[in-house]
Amino acid sequence: MDFDDTNEEAAFRAEARAFLAANATLKSVAKPVSRGRHIRAEEITRAKEWQAKKYAAGFAGITWPKRWGGRELAPIYNVIYAQEEELYAVPRGVFEIGLGMCIPTMMAYATPEQLERFVGPALRGEEIWCQLFSEPAGGSDVAALRTRAERDGDDWIINGQKIWTSGAHYCDYGIIVTRSDPNVPKHAGLTFFFLDMKSPGVECRPIKQISGTSHFNEVFFTDVRVPDAQRLGAVGAGWKVSITTLMNERLAVGEVPRPDVEDLLALTRMIDVDGEPAIRNVAVREKIADWHCRTQGLKFTRFRTMTALSRGQTPGPENSIAKVVNASKLQDIASYGLDLMGAAGMVMDPELAPLHALFQEGLLFSPGLRIAGGTDEILRNIIAERVLNLPADIRVDKDKAFNQVAHGKR
Amino acid sequence: MNFDFSDDLNQLRDQARRYLAEHCTSKHVRSVLEGEKSYDGALWQGMADMGWLGAAIPEEYGGAGLGHEGLCIIAEELGRVAAPVPFTSSICLAAEAVMLAGNSEQKRRLLTGFAAGMHIGTLAWAEGSGNPRESSFTPRLVGGKLTGTKWPVPDGGSADLCVVAAQDEAGRPILALADLRAGGVTRTALETIDPARPQARIDFAGTPAEQLGAAGEGWALLQSVLDRAAVLIAFEQLGGATTCLEMATAYAQERYAFGRPIGGYQAIKHKLADVYIANELARSNAYYGAWALQTGAAELTLAASSARVSATEAYHLASKENIQTHGGMGFTWAADCHLYYRRSKLLGLTIGSAGYWKNRLVTELETRNAA
Repeated sequence: MDFDDTNEEAAFRAEARAFLAANATLKSVAKPVSRGRHIRAEEITRAKEWQAKKYAAGFAGITWPKRWGGRELAPIYNVIYAQEEELYAVPRGVFEIGLGMCIPTMMAYATPEQLERFVGPALRGEEIWCQLFSEPAGGSDVAALRTRAERDGDDWIINGQKIWTSGAHYCDYGIIVTRSDPNVPKHAGLTFFFLDMKSPGVECRPIKQISGTSHFNEVFFTDVRVPDAQRLGAVGAGWKVSITTLMNERLAVGEVPRPDVEDLLALTRMIDVDGEPAIRNVAVREKIADWHCRTQGLKFTRFRTMTALSRGQTPGPENSIAKVVNASKLQDIASYGLDLMGAAGMVMDPELAPLHALFQEGLLFSPGLRIAGGTDEILRNIIAERVLNLPADIRVDKDKAFNQVAHGKR
Repeated sequence: MNFDFSDDLNQLRDQARRYLAEHCTSKHVRSVLEGEKSYDGALWQGMADMGWLGAAIPEEYGGAGLGHEGLCIIAEELGRVAAPVPFTSSICLAAEAVMLAGNSEQKRRLLTGFAAGMHIGTLAWAEGSGNPRESSFTPRLVGGKLTGTKWPVPDGGSADLCVVAAQDEAGRPILALADLRAGGVTRTALETIDPARPQARIDFAGTPAEQLGAAGEGWALLQSVLDRAAVLIAFEQLGGATTCLEMATAYAQERYAFGRPIGGYQAIKHKLADVYIANELARSNAYYGAWALQTGAAELTLAASSARVSATEAYHLASKENIQTHGGMGFTWAADCHLYYRRSKLLGLTIGSAGYWKNRLVTELETRNAA
């Protein structure tokens, strides 16, 4: 065993390091950024500039075909670049969905002319894409979505509501899955499109989260007209297309959400328990050790996945555990940090709260992490069914026409 | 990135698994658990013949020279079948202690016998309740004779050689190597939670013994030996935890309740998903330990502690939830679940419990951060 790159990987890593060193600031010297902010217009501009730089240097679309501006490298190179970029304070969270999910779906289903039009601008950071799947009545059960698409000549008319759409208010284009036929079972009545987010009848409203910030939107569709030429896949084949999108979820690159063990170590040196630094306390030490083992376990699980990629194998399901472990760990560490502070744990003023209120922010941010991108419960189902081959849940709606399926008031 | 075992070592794993499937069934485990034997002698000899016992012992001392990664593979496979042999005691503790602390004459004299299974070794640190602690070891080595008491000593009934945490004439901590075949030894078998890995009380009364390593370094040497053993035992624990998950999953697919397999209910699915998660984290931490042990990395203590804590907790979770998934049947003597439940706790205690290793882990984190 070793942690070494192959010669090719090492050369690529050196190239990535040189690019980042010349064009970005290390996180360790950059001003700390709170994660709870709303993304502002100037940050979009910065993100676009950064994406353009990456494109020019050959670090956008690392695994994509050369004809679309990519480098046609193996997935391991994506991970290597991400490992290096993670050390730098660069704009994140604006292009991941478009380049990770939307454009790959386009590549599988759009026409060559459409790809000619859309792939380049997306890769160069000129146009931002979003994904419109979740609905108020279709979260974990996303195929229960109700947004209607009705045929009207060469167009479709879309009416309904999507939710939890990241960045919808600044996106240029989106991919959307709709219900085109409610008279057939739920998976069979879906149709998939891409659309201009500036189309008449599209309205975005930010959702205020419990942390007080707004990362997500509700998007309302009122008689939005989409040409049939923007349909992706056959009429009624929207579920299959959606699976393509979800299969393209990027390989987790291992950004550990904070506060994590290092932050807890720092905190337990600052705070006293029974007259001595908290880190001297046996109970505190046991907690630190437990979380250290989880954090390290995930890190080395990622290394095992990278090894499979590096050997040209398909990684096993190991990496599917990362989000389940990270989300609860974050919530527990944040809560424990506040416990150690005692009554002062309530105080969120960054001037007063240790580490600029990192633990308080974590407390209010972490519940979302256990839900977004697959709830803890859905992820455990996936592990049980796909990894352990246990039977699927009973689905009473499976063979019923969608409009005959019982639904609640919420 | 090359953070997995090599193809050659994976072949060793396949070979070991095939051999053990035939020579170490639950019938073999039960013959020790329920019988008078203290270990399965035929299996032990077979392991020696295939070179497993000497996997990490250098060829110049009669070993196979596969390195510690090879030994990790063997440990995992033995853990999968809850093998009733003194592997942990003789190979992971005693042979490691000789390799680490012995002088070249001692290595030449002793290691070949460990590799060939000709003598069985063990390591005695415990003196009743408590985890390993500096300056707590009372047996004294005076003029080549050891006097004192240790309990529980793993495989203390069958061992020929015993590495003893002790003190010298001047009261300095040392490791002593006692010859249990000589006179002045009283061994008393102890009733334990896992009779397939017996424990004994040993009273030394002028037992012939020699010093292993430098005087005064006994505590540091013991900790180093335990670090190395922690990695190897983590693989044994991981193997057991893997079997528990396989057993529980298979049973949940076959057992019906309320008209369908119980594995279709989320109460079972999510429980077993949690076991899978714990096992994967333990596996990844154990691999890091294997790397640190094989390469002699400075991170060994931290890696070993993480591997130990992860594997201990994963095996405990997997073995208890395996019984739970089996329902009433899992609580019977006839079902094999208890073989693993017993073993998980035994292995979780044998070189100090999770609390000891958590504390050691955080001490390491503090030192690293201070540096």
